[in-house]
Amino acid sequence: MKKPARDQENKPLTLKEIGERNEPAANEVWQLRLYVAGQTPRSVAAFANLKKICEEHLPGRYDIEVVDLVKHPQLAAGDQILAIPTLVRKLPQPLRKIVGDLRDTERALVGLQIRSAATGE
Amino acid sequence: MPIIGIRTRQRAQEISKENRSLPKAPTGIQGLDEITAGGFPRGRPTLICGSAGAGKTLLAMEFLVRGATEYNEPGVFMAFEETAPELTQNVRSLGFDLDELTKEKKLVIDFVRIERSEIDETGDYDLEGLFIRLGAAIEAIGATRVVLDTIENLFAGLQNQGILRAELRRLFRWLKDKGVTAVITAERGEGALTRHGLEEYVSDCVILLDHRVTDQVSTRRLRIVKYRGTAHGTNEYPFLIDEDGFSVLPVTSLGLQHRVSDERISSGVPRLDTMLGGEGFYRGTTILVSGTAGTGKTSMAASFVDAACRRGERCLYFSFEESQGQLIRNMRSIGLNLEQWTKKKLLQFHSTRATFYGLEMHLAMIHKIVQDFQPRVVVLDPIGSLIQAGNRRDAHTMIIRLIDFLKQREVTAFLTNLTSGGEALERTDVEISSIVDTWLFMRDIELAGERNRALYVLKSRGMAHSNQLREFLLTPQGVDLLDVYVGPEGVLTGSSRLSQEAREEAAALARRQDAERRDRDRTRKREVLEARIAALRKEFELEEAEAENASAEEISREEMIARNREAMSRSRKGDMDKDGIVGGRPRGAR
Repeated sequence: MKKPARDQENKPLTLKEIGERNEPAANEVWQLRLYVAGQTPRSVAAFANLKKICEEHLPGRYDIEVVDLVKHPQLAAGDQILAIPTLVRKLPQPLRKIVGDLRDTERALVGLQIRSAATGE
Repeated sequence: MPIIGIRTRQRAQEISKENRSLPKAPTGIQGLDEITAGGFPRGRPTLICGSAGAGKTLLAMEFLVRGATEYNEPGVFMAFEETAPELTQNVRSLGFDLDELTKEKKLVIDFVRIERSEIDETGDYDLEGLFIRLGAAIEAIGATRVVLDTIENLFAGLQNQGILRAELRRLFRWLKDKGVTAVITAERGEGALTRHGLEEYVSDCVILLDHRVTDQVSTRRLRIVKYRGTAHGTNEYPFLIDEDGFSVLPVTSLGLQHRVSDERISSGVPRLDTMLGGEGFYRGTTILVSGTAGTGKTSMAASFVDAACRRGERCLYFSFEESQGQLIRNMRSIGLNLEQWTKKKLLQFHSTRATFYGLEMHLAMIHKIVQDFQPRVVVLDPIGSLIQAGNRRDAHTMIIRLIDFLKQREVTAFLTNLTSGGEALERTDVEISSIVDTWLFMRDIELAGERNRALYVLKSRGMAHSNQLREFLLTPQGVDLLDVYVGPEGVLTGSSRLSQEAREEAAALARRQDAERRDRDRTRKREVLEARIAALRKEFELEEAEAENASAEEISREEMIARNREAMSRSRKGDMDKDGIVGGRPRGAR
């Protein structure tokens, strides 16, 4: 995998480069935010599933922030949260959202676009 | 809102008192509270569905704004389609200042954006986030009204329909538990009220908005599909959206219970008043003037308006053919200065082409203007052109509604109607002749190479009116009525009437001269006769005198003879009688 250089960003991109840009770089730190509403079984399951995925595919370069909307309801509007639980990938860009308890690991990986980044497939 | 808002509110409160069983949240929207008998069901969700552009968002927004400003009920607007700045801008034209309301903590607008492309779904979830956001917004201002516009957008953003439906059901339950009066808008679906079957969840009150285009004319209509626990109007009610927001017309709820007045008002034409039992029209009745083109219907209406303004009454003039300027100029030519009344704010013109709106829209407009202006006299000139805005039957119903509405307010309605040539004259395009109280008919009489206007009273309920035809004159001093000439040659008008009158005058003069001549002749004859009599008498006198002369001569002759004889006999010494007469008197006897 080749990381697109910063100074190339304002230049027209080739199709190959566009494809590369959409895939996160291998060494970037992932910023993830998990929105939950209280300690429901679903929230707990979602956190556990997320933790497992990250440990497996992004060892050492992820950062999970858990936001409990019951405690901070005003934060829901910021990331346009409707469904609970919702996982938001703040970094790397672009922003992605995955709703659900992340039970289906395959889909979660596709949603987070981790799979290609981690395995190079 | 000025007076109307207050009145609507009072009315709404009265209505809600009548229906204690089901508490209502008044919408404050003109007319809507009347057909829903007080407003939307309090503490329950109401579904508003309709196609794009039907006015769903606006109705919902007005419900919140009126609630916040008139009923002290703060509200939350959860927008799934438009952002807060967009909404604020959209409703500013209706006089709603959302920024101000937000600042006063009477309104919260929460824009919910759902981007399908950003969202992936894996596993179970619920919509607790939405609940929390809504709950927080409600808490923040103590809202009692909530609008979800349009919650169906969730169906586009989320894949798992099963979860979504379950959550929606939970949401409406939750709203009910919160005790907020909610309005949910939904797009109309094909063959169903809503595209995603929301009516399944919101079943207390369902309102359908419709925006129909028939013959290139659009009409907005509202219908209450369902309202649990309330006897609601089931008709389709026209509504309009204008600079004051939404207004619904509860037009079909009118009855025939209007008060009647004994007051009489002048038609503005003194001779016409005398034709109408001497006093003019009854106040609050409906007057129809029909006639062929150019017979002076508008002039008649203008005279009536002028007279009403002179009495200090407010008048509304709806013109479907002429502009205000044109009317004022034209009426100046017959000595009516209408401009002075518009300046004194006694007279208002509203000129619109009939085809500009649909029929209902016209009706709604007229309703609104009448309610705002509170006139005593309303002129519609001409009503026939309203057919162009709809079909004949619709126009008929609309005019009946309008007449009922005006009668209820004791407004005298003056309608004009053009009878086109070739049709039966004593009929109207919209067949309203049976519902008007006074019908003046104007026609032209073509005679001797000219057309003249004539007027008669076809009917006038409740008064002894003249049955005569009058010639109708438009003079620089106004409208005037003249007796027509009715003679052996039929009805004569205009110059025929004038020439006939001249002819009659000449004939009368001739007759008079004739009589005078005969008088003179007779006098002369008498004089001649008398002269002749005098002459005869003279002749006779002459003869008499002659006869006397003759007899006197005879006597004297006889005396002479006698004397002679005496003398003779004396001379002859003849015998003498005793008296001396026979044979002559002796001389010595004397």
